Amino acid sequence: MAQELAVRPQILPPPTERYTLLGWAQKNLFSTWYNTLLTLFILVLCYAVLVPAFTWATDTARWEVIQVNLRLLMVGLYPKEQVWRAWLCLHLLAAIVGFSWAIWVQRRRWLGLALLLAPLPIAILPPTSVFARLNLLGLDVFALVGFGAGHLGGVSLRRAAVWSWVLFFPLVIVIIRGFTLGTGWMPLVPTTQWGGLLLTFLLTVVGILFSFPLGVLLALGRRSQLPAMRLVCIGYIETVRGVPLVTILFMASVMLPLFLPAGTRPDLVLRAMVGITLFSAAYLAENVRGGLQAIPRGQYEAAYALGLSGFQAMILIILPQALRTVIPVLVGLFISLFKDTSLVTIVGLLELLGIARSVLAQPQFVGYQREVFIFISLIYWAFSYFMSYLSQRLEVSLGVGQR
Amino acid sequence: MTHKIDDFVMEKAMGEPIENDRIIICRDVHKWYGNFHALRGITMDVKRGEVIVIFGPSGSGKSTFIRTLNRLEEHQRGQIIIDGIELTHDVRNIERVRMETGMVFQSFNLFPHLTVIQNITLAPIWVRKWNKKKAEEIAIQLLERVGIPEQANKFPGQLSGGQQQRVAIARALAMQPKIMLFDEPTSALDPEMIKEVLDVMVELARSGMTMVVITHEMGFAKAVAHRMFFFDEGVIVEGGTPDDIFKAPKEDRTKLFLSQILTH
Repeated sequence: MAQELAVRPQILPPPTERYTLLGWAQKNLFSTWYNTLLTLFILVLCYAVLVPAFTWATDTARWEVIQVNLRLLMVGLYPKEQVWRAWLCLHLLAAIVGFSWAIWVQRRRWLGLALLLAPLPIAILPPTSVFARLNLLGLDVFALVGFGAGHLGGVSLRRAAVWSWVLFFPLVIVIIRGFTLGTGWMPLVPTTQWGGLLLTFLLTVVGILFSFPLGVLLALGRRSQLPAMRLVCIGYIETVRGVPLVTILFMASVMLPLFLPAGTRPDLVLRAMVGITLFSAAYLAENVRGGLQAIPRGQYEAAYALGLSGFQAMILIILPQALRTVIPVLVGLFISLFKDTSLVTIVGLLELLGIARSVLAQPQFVGYQREVFIFISLIYWAFSYFMSYLSQRLEVSLGVGQR
Repeated sequence: MTHKIDDFVMEKAMGEPIENDRIIICRDVHKWYGNFHALRGITMDVKRGEVIVIFGPSGSGKSTFIRTLNRLEEHQRGQIIIDGIELTHDVRNIERVRMETGMVFQSFNLFPHLTVIQNITLAPIWVRKWNKKKAEEIAIQLLERVGIPEQANKFPGQLSGGQQQRVAIARALAMQPKIMLFDEPTSALDPEMIKEVLDVMVELARSGMTMVVITHEMGFAKAVAHRMFFFDEGVIVEGGTPDDIFKAPKEDRTKLFLSQILTH
């Protein structure tokens, strides 16, 4: 008996489940009679929706409206001879994405390849200009250069990658706005000429960059020990959350000049940026507060017991953990901020939706609503999904919910 | 009967001519939570190098008391002097005291977003202002002392409870404190991990560290404690050497409590 007990249990590999395609279909699609019914119903539905949609898109739709107005939709009234500056920003972005990809993502080769190939079909399409073709190819070249640099440096370049992202956005603003007066190589382009997708991006980026620190400060203020500070923050957050964004945009564009000294009129885009930032900071503050509340008291106590000051404990211990837990919510917030920028049409700015509507207002394009709206919807979707995907990657690499 | 004990301790304290010999001095410490009187006049002195064990039922105020020693809890009456620094509202004093005292918690409270070595070097780098290299060298030495140098680059979540608590001890020691406070360090551990933590604590006690330990590990108390204090309802019911307490407890409450935790 003792001999038998001494035998150690064998270590076995887990059972493998291998299916044929049919086996898989049977298990997942046709396992029961109601499952079968559901599967068939959905197949019919897909057919009924997709086939007409496809026929319309390839046959009936007149996409030339997009082709003719592409530059308007992308950059609005931005001067034609300065459009290279928008491309320059894209090239920079491609290089940084390639660089970061090499450092953080590494695996997922297929997705990387798909991203790399994405500009090519557009470049091949007949209506694309030579200038745009070269630039689309340039995107790939820059992405590959960035990837190569990241690949050579490896993980040691992490800090450089973070800094490249941090510096990228202010740089974009400088490039788009320009800094030389008159006829220099980068003349100032007044914000009244910014438009289309470019303006949508700039509003989003500025909104995110400024509402993030402001929101964090508001969240900390709301949890402050000082009653005055707390009251001000609660008052701000609750006021802003009680007012629709449209109202805030109106206030920013119509009321703000009333409070400022006579003669100073900050431009419309700046006012919209301020409005969006102030609005989303309030929501961000509430989300960050949720993250802060999820941090156990023991973390504060351990930090204080080690002699860290309140400020050090917050910056080194509490905020990194709190922000990490709210990444999914924050990205959700940023996605809705991206889409909410379409509301600035109301104060007369021509961002993507605004310019689309003004394109449709031209007599020769009456009746092209479907094409135009589907096109801009696809753009909104693509970038929203991209942000969502980034946040998932970020969660995985930061180990949300694991550590 | 509690004043008797206070007198006993006070006498001992008064008998000591050199103030400097006593690293912790508590005089009539009171603490309220709202209307609840959690500490009702604790008077206790600890000499340099002394190992003090505090035990008592839950809610007896022992945890509150140890947390007043580094001002995680504020006392509302009485006096606490740590290594010649009185704990008052003065923030500089509080910071100095916290630099002199290390604390180990029941639930470890490691920082989950930092690796083991980052956990240990954080305070030396930011509070003591050491350079990273020096802090890491000392951290590695401490990890060797607590027996887990190979875990330096893991995250706390990847370690067992016993390992986490040993990292927590190393983290507290990295600040080179003069006093170590332990708040039930083994209560959250699985039985087979208690010993590895107690071994580290015994070694620390024998190295001459001043320690105040809340624990119900009576084996530990017998092995290294110089004095023991029994807390109940916010007062020190009885105090003395482990021999006094185990062999001849004077108070009925002490006897009852000891019989309850020692019968198994």
